[in-house]
Amino acid sequence: MLPAIPNLLSIVTFAPLFGAAVIMILRALSRRDDEAVIARNAKWISLWTTLVTLALSVVMLLQFNGASPAYQFEEHYTWFGPVSYHMGVDGISILFVALTAFLMPICIAASWTSITQRVTEYMVAFLLLETLVIGVFTSLDIFLFYIFFEGGLVPMFLIIGIWGGKDRVYAAYKFFLYTLLGSVLMLAAMLYMVNKLGTANIPEMTRLLTETPFPVDVQGFLWFAFFASFAVKMPMWPVHTWLPDAHVQAPTAGSVMLAGILLKLGGYGFIRFNLPMFPQASEMFAPLVMILSVIAVVYTSLVAFRQTDIKKLIAYSSVAHMGFVTMGIFAGNQLGVEGAIFQMISHGLISGALFLCVGVVYDRWHTREIAFYGGLTKLMPHFAFIFLLFTMANVGLPGTSGFIGEIATMTGAYDWGTWVALVSASGVIFSAVYALNLYKRVMFGVVTNDELKKYPDVDAREIAIFTPLIIGTLVLGIYPAFVFDFTTASVDGLVKAYQAAIGG
Amino acid sequence: MLFETAAHAAPAAHGAGHAAEATHAVAGAIAAAPPEGMATIVTLCVMAPIVGAAIAGFFGRRIGNIPSQAVTTGLLFLSCVLGWYTFIQHTWGGMPDFTVKLLDFINIGDFKSAWSIRIDALSATMLVVVTSVSSLVHLYSWGYMSEDDSRPRFFSYLSLFTFAMLMLVTAADFMQLFFGWEGVGLASYLLIGFWFQKDSASSAAIKAFVVNRVGDFGFALGIMTIYWQFGTINFGELFPLLANQKGQAWEFAGMYFSALDLAAFLLFIGAMGKSAQFFLHTWLPDAMEGPTPVSALIHAATMVTAGVYMVCLLSPLFEQAPQAKMIVAYIGAITAIFAASIGFTQNDIKRVIAYSTCSQLGYMFFAAGVGAYQAAMFHLFTHAFFKALLFLGAGSVIHGMHHEQDMRKMGGLYKYLPVTYAVMTIGTIAITGLGIPYTEIGFAGFFSKDAIIESAWVMHGTAQGMFAFWMGILAALLTSFYSFRLIFMTFHGKKTWDHGHDDHAHGHDSHGHDDHAKGHDDHDHGHGHAHTPHESPWIMLVPLILLAVGAVAAGFVFAPYFIGEHAHAFWGNAIQTASDNHVMHEAHNIKEVWVKLAPLVVTLLGLALAWYYYLHRPSLPKKMAANEGPIWTFLYNKWFFDEIYQATFVKLTKWLGDVFWKIGDVKIIDGLGPNGVAWTALKSAKNLVKTQTGYVYHYAFFMFLGVVGLLTWAVFGLAH
Repeated sequence: MLPAIPNLLSIVTFAPLFGAAVIMILRALSRRDDEAVIARNAKWISLWTTLVTLALSVVMLLQFNGASPAYQFEEHYTWFGPVSYHMGVDGISILFVALTAFLMPICIAASWTSITQRVTEYMVAFLLLETLVIGVFTSLDIFLFYIFFEGGLVPMFLIIGIWGGKDRVYAAYKFFLYTLLGSVLMLAAMLYMVNKLGTANIPEMTRLLTETPFPVDVQGFLWFAFFASFAVKMPMWPVHTWLPDAHVQAPTAGSVMLAGILLKLGGYGFIRFNLPMFPQASEMFAPLVMILSVIAVVYTSLVAFRQTDIKKLIAYSSVAHMGFVTMGIFAGNQLGVEGAIFQMISHGLISGALFLCVGVVYDRWHTREIAFYGGLTKLMPHFAFIFLLFTMANVGLPGTSGFIGEIATMTGAYDWGTWVALVSASGVIFSAVYALNLYKRVMFGVVTNDELKKYPDVDAREIAIFTPLIIGTLVLGIYPAFVFDFTTASVDGLVKAYQAAIGG
Repeated sequence: MLFETAAHAAPAAHGAGHAAEATHAVAGAIAAAPPEGMATIVTLCVMAPIVGAAIAGFFGRRIGNIPSQAVTTGLLFLSCVLGWYTFIQHTWGGMPDFTVKLLDFINIGDFKSAWSIRIDALSATMLVVVTSVSSLVHLYSWGYMSEDDSRPRFFSYLSLFTFAMLMLVTAADFMQLFFGWEGVGLASYLLIGFWFQKDSASSAAIKAFVVNRVGDFGFALGIMTIYWQFGTINFGELFPLLANQKGQAWEFAGMYFSALDLAAFLLFIGAMGKSAQFFLHTWLPDAMEGPTPVSALIHAATMVTAGVYMVCLLSPLFEQAPQAKMIVAYIGAITAIFAASIGFTQNDIKRVIAYSTCSQLGYMFFAAGVGAYQAAMFHLFTHAFFKALLFLGAGSVIHGMHHEQDMRKMGGLYKYLPVTYAVMTIGTIAITGLGIPYTEIGFAGFFSKDAIIESAWVMHGTAQGMFAFWMGILAALLTSFYSFRLIFMTFHGKKTWDHGHDDHAHGHDSHGHDDHAKGHDDHDHGHGHAHTPHESPWIMLVPLILLAVGAVAAGFVFAPYFIGEHAHAFWGNAIQTASDNHVMHEAHNIKEVWVKLAPLVVTLLGLALAWYYYLHRPSLPKKMAANEGPIWTFLYNKWFFDEIYQATFVKLTKWLGDVFWKIGDVKIIDGLGPNGVAWTALKSAKNLVKTQTGYVYHYAFFMFLGVVGLLTWAVFGLAH
């Protein structure tokens, strides 16, 4: 067994920030006219930083005791006032830390040649984003959580606003506007809670609220304040319209982070705050969540079917897949919650990979218009395989990770209300409709556009980017215990407490 | 064990506590350990094809065509030998049923599944069917696909399919069954769309996948219903729990149903999709866009029978679900007659056989629906041989006719394709079920199809039994008619292909013709691509001959085991019938002579009619087609199912998608939300376009300031 590393969690969280600092310092020390060298250094430093972070998070996974529901790798230092530096991970959050660390080197590698402007700033923004996002999952102090949670928006906002497409300002603005609304409410709720409970320590707050919950009406308001913030992040219908625009405008790696990690902040928030801290309110509002979830599944699947822009189509499909997550969480049973967590991890891999697939063709032909393409299978057989695999994973084919989350959340939701499973299962039909039609229009048929013959199949770098995602999708699809071994104990505690609180 | 109780708490809360408790009683009641060495053998048998698929798929371009073909075909033959070994050991070697557990799959609370290989009479039978037909189809494809430039991909898909199918039939729980179920769907999608440049092929592939998804929608809900009723998805654990559940009520989507009937019906929807039954059949004829070996393997012999297999596998469930069983019988009987009625108006040789498949699957379902699971499985078994034979034979004709599939442009081919003609005639006799009643002499279909019709007669006291019996008889007449029609139009009568399929090459055609007329058949291959029919190479004929042997012998060799005196020992516990189900027993003792004779009579009548219309007076059907009478039009257009679905489901889906997008998202949500609020800000943003990036920085900065400010207030405000 590996030796225990002191403050491992802080090291994992802040290693990317350290890398960013190194890049900035090196640039400050370099000659101004050496842009190419500076850019190259920035890329390599970023890649190594993210790889080291990944290695450290793997060490953490190996040392984690999955049989225990407790927070592990805890660090607790008082800071000032009620705010303390309190970090720790349980079986739920550790997976999101690992997912972030896993996707980050892929993002860096995917940006290797496609980003040519302001490379150093770009890399710094991504490293900063990594620190902030990992911080969301590792912080056990509610204010610390809030700082990371809101701070994470800033680099994402910059990534879309600076390196985005031609309508990037509108997209960044819309993104900002939606998120701001929820955040203000959430902050107010947090302040109220800390005031009442006298602590900002998340595990402690959860414990206190399990023993003596807030009155139901207070719970309702607080639940809704958190819900407003997390629902936008998910995004749930009807506050989802920022997502397609943000995705369309974001650079490829930005989309990967957005779909892969940032959308998961909402689901994570529901699991960490809404369900355990306001159980009665969760039960009370569950019908609302279920209705919004099934609408998301069916409505956005149908909208996805009609899209003419590849990225928009995949963005809408993300909304539909997130519908399964919210449905599973508020089903409030073991299958639902574990399924939801699995669905988030799986979607991180699959949607990330799908946006990378779009990146492959966008980097070559600079258009996302579906009609421009057709017959690529003949010209790009390796790409055809990769895209097919992730298309199938996206429609939830058993054997890929996409299936596990869907079947588990639907089965969980069946117990909550059979109609939820009934309606959401129809979404499984629609997902096949839009995904296979997209694949057909881009990949099948004869090549009628001579432009398409100009560029070669995926190269070694691109294959190297996809390989870990392919392995991840298949391995989790065949042996999902790699995820469930971590989540079971933590979710079990969570679900038991929830069921006890609602008297079920 | 930590998480066991949590998942139980949930069903208990919804009034299914008894089921959850019962689970504990049988937990661990997994089948016995495998006999010495058998674990390795069956694992190899199931896994060999995926190894071949991976090698041909990933390295096919590097290692070349022939090595790819050799490796996939070789591994398939290995699989076939091991499959037969397992079957023989199980049938004659006294080997007990067993399950090999390979690896955990999904484990959440009681939702437990494992990658396993379950061996019993049902799966052993399917191992034989799948590996035999698949290995012969692999071999046949060496010849049939010899001019295709994506052969490694083709063989890889074929092997992938075989693997998924083997996983399906050896599943020990619903999750692996579903994996195999959708896995064969994937392979089917890939192979139908194999010639992806053709728009019709890729559209047919999508149609197949999506229609199957409609079935899987029911299937998945069925699995969930089972899980929440019984707290398990493992067959071995589930079956003992079923016996005393009859009559339980279950709430579903706001209505109350008989629990077991609901579960069985939802699962049957899955079977309807996979096996192309009435309402969900529309994908199967279109699936003929795939290369013909695919049609033989997937869309005739194996995959489409998965639905029948599932119903038989779940016999303990269906036996307790009389309503669902009745639906199975009706849907099966309707499909049998419906598909046959279309079959005799079609002119595409593959489509005729496709509708024939659809119809025969209907027979299997109504057999299961009247409780004769053994007869259903037997027909599945014999059908695999003669239907694969017919398809591969049709492939040989198409190959020989240079990709002509229209039977109106064939005729008189027996001289040019003598072997194909012989084996296809055998296949046709087998499917029509010729044999001598009251004896053990007959072709394969004679044993299995007559057993089904007789089983339906036994149940003629019930409405569905009576209906199924008469539909079965009528469909037998049509089967005989369209099957012999195919033989007559293709191989007999006047040749119509000399001025047929390649208008711009007339001179060339007739040249090739004259040579034949002068009896220079020997030079056939010398003509290269002359448009003259030619017999297929031996690598295609050998599989045909082997299948023909099966079409002749599968019936009388195996009848005693599947439905005869050894049936009880043969099936063991694989098929469990209710104590009041005596269908198979009574079917052996039918006293009515006319019932025994009826299938033979209608078959001969069908043959006579086909002879009259297509050999004696061939101008008659042409007139009928030209007149376009209402019945003929209705049948020729396949009861207008495609048109109706297009006008309703497809249109509605597109319309809803557009409404949700352009009105819901753009007008309502964005219009009232961000764009309304943001309108003024955006106006000013336009003035700032020149300094866009600066603008973004400002926003980020203000956002950050706001966060810090609020936090400061919070911290100091609270510190007091």
